[in-house]
Amino acid sequence: MIPAAFEYYRPKDLEGALSVLEEHGDDARVLAGGHSLIPMMKLRMAEVPHLIDLQDVDGLSGISIEGNTIRIGAMTTQHDIINDVQLASAAPIMREASLQIADPQVRYMGTVGGNVANGDPGNDMPGLMQCLDATFTLVGPEGEREVAARDFYEAAYMTDREDDEILTAVSFEAPSGGYAYEKQKRKIGDYATAAAAVLLTKEGGTCTAASIAMTNLSDTPVHSDAAGAALVGTSLDDAAVKAAVDAMLGDIDPTQDNRGPIEFKRHAAAVILRRAIENAWARA
Amino acid sequence: MSNKKHITLTVNGEEQEFLAEPRELLIHTLRERLRKTGPHIGCETSHCGACTVTMNGKSVKSCTVFVAQADGAEITTIEGLGNPDSLHVLQEAFKEHHGLQCGFCTPGMITRASKLLEENPNPTEEEVRFGMAGNLCRCTGYQNIVKSILAAAAEMNSAKEAAQ
Ligand SMILES: Cc1cc2nc3c(=O)[nH]c(=O)nc-3n(C[C@H](O)[C@H](O)[C@H](O)COP(=O)(O)OP(=O)(O)OC[C@H]3O[C@@H](n4cnc5c(N)ncnc54)[C@H](O)[C@@H]3O)c2cc1C
Ligand code: FES
Ligand code: FES
Repeated sequence: MIPAAFEYYRPKDLEGALSVLEEHGDDARVLAGGHSLIPMMKLRMAEVPHLIDLQDVDGLSGISIEGNTIRIGAMTTQHDIINDVQLASAAPIMREASLQIADPQVRYMGTVGGNVANGDPGNDMPGLMQCLDATFTLVGPEGEREVAARDFYEAAYMTDREDDEILTAVSFEAPSGGYAYEKQKRKIGDYATAAAAVLLTKEGGTCTAASIAMTNLSDTPVHSDAAGAALVGTSLDDAAVKAAVDAMLGDIDPTQDNRGPIEFKRHAAAVILRRAIENAWARA
Repeated sequence: MSNKKHITLTVNGEEQEFLAEPRELLIHTLRERLRKTGPHIGCETSHCGACTVTMNGKSVKSCTVFVAQADGAEITTIEGLGNPDSLHVLQEAFKEHHGLQCGFCTPGMITRASKLLEENPNPTEEEVRFGMAGNLCRCTGYQNIVKSILAAAAEMNSAKEAAQ
């Protein structure tokens, strides 16, 4: 399986990468770790006459934590995220989720930028970014702009990013309180049948804030405001958790595929969210 | 297409230079151009790990890397780890503990395991299983692969101690 031929570029800076994008429009695409794009090119589901490898572009990788703000460069790999001790303590949900993505070989290559820009509903980072209320930084011919992760996803493989823009970083405030990333998959290394990212704040036995996002249960990640709201003000008794799960079920829209029929996916989503809420609460 | 690119790779310590189309997959470069047939093609779809090599210190599936991406890289294949006259500790351990049956997955397994033990010289059984999750085997049921890797780790650690 060899993809169609392409022109290969390896620019050293962002200007170089942007100029190829500008010149070739949607005939050009950037390549990060390649572990979503290359399989698509091999299957000829993606045709990319002009491929711009970002590996040498200066300043796109690395994790910085300043005060409460965490910024992760687009080319930072899942392997880097797992092994960053400071990040693991400032936002342990990042490590917990990354460990559940793919397998070791894929995690050495797969980047956070590729994972969030790809737009595949199966990717785990988009839901996680919505849970964290992250902001994406995009750079294009008109300069830099920021988009909330919660506003970024439009449909499968359709995002707010313009063809001539490059995503340079994701950033978010270090979460406080309890966290959990729970994922149901057919086997280790698989995309989610259902996954849930949960952040909870507990004050004196009461939940004062909750953020819940679900993965691979719709054509975009689903940040369920209603599920979070069902928990706030409660002590997370059974009724509250059930209300949150029901609210989430109202927001997702899974389709039948090789991971199962709709009813099964709704069942898996409910189990996984309940588990994530319980875990996050125990850690809050 | 004639958009060939000049590529330089260091494979098992030896520098290699050639012209190749950027779309050539690293596994094909290694096997067909450079005759390093240790890394195998199992699935060719990024799932099985039979094509695993070490590239710039990372375990990668070489069926999912374009040769152009690897330009300038240092690559180690199973051929760079040991040879029939002087087996790598992991090769010795796989032999001793029946870590292979047909042997198709073995070069990828051992190349991956060598990186795993470099990063975590003293893994638990669970860490071995988790760290080897990108490599599939149709024969062994994994039990003896895990045993082999743990045995190799113990061997390497006692050799290190003896040297101190
Ligand atoms: C066997 C296997 C299992 C996997 N399992 C999972 C899993 O369980 N969960 C999961 O989330 N993912 C999984 N993946 C996908 C993997 O994590 C990908 O690596 C990741 O989704 C994409 O990151 P990448 O760096 O490889 O991006 P690439 O493949 O290089 O790019 C993906 C897309 O994003 C675009 N892009 C990349 N970077 C940027 C940027 N900076 N700005 C703008 N556009 C950009 C590219 O043009 C392309 O369209 C799996 C992959 C494999 C092969
Ligand atoms: S041949 Fe590369 S992962 Fe199977
Ligand atoms: S020994 Fe046959 S595939 Fe592993």
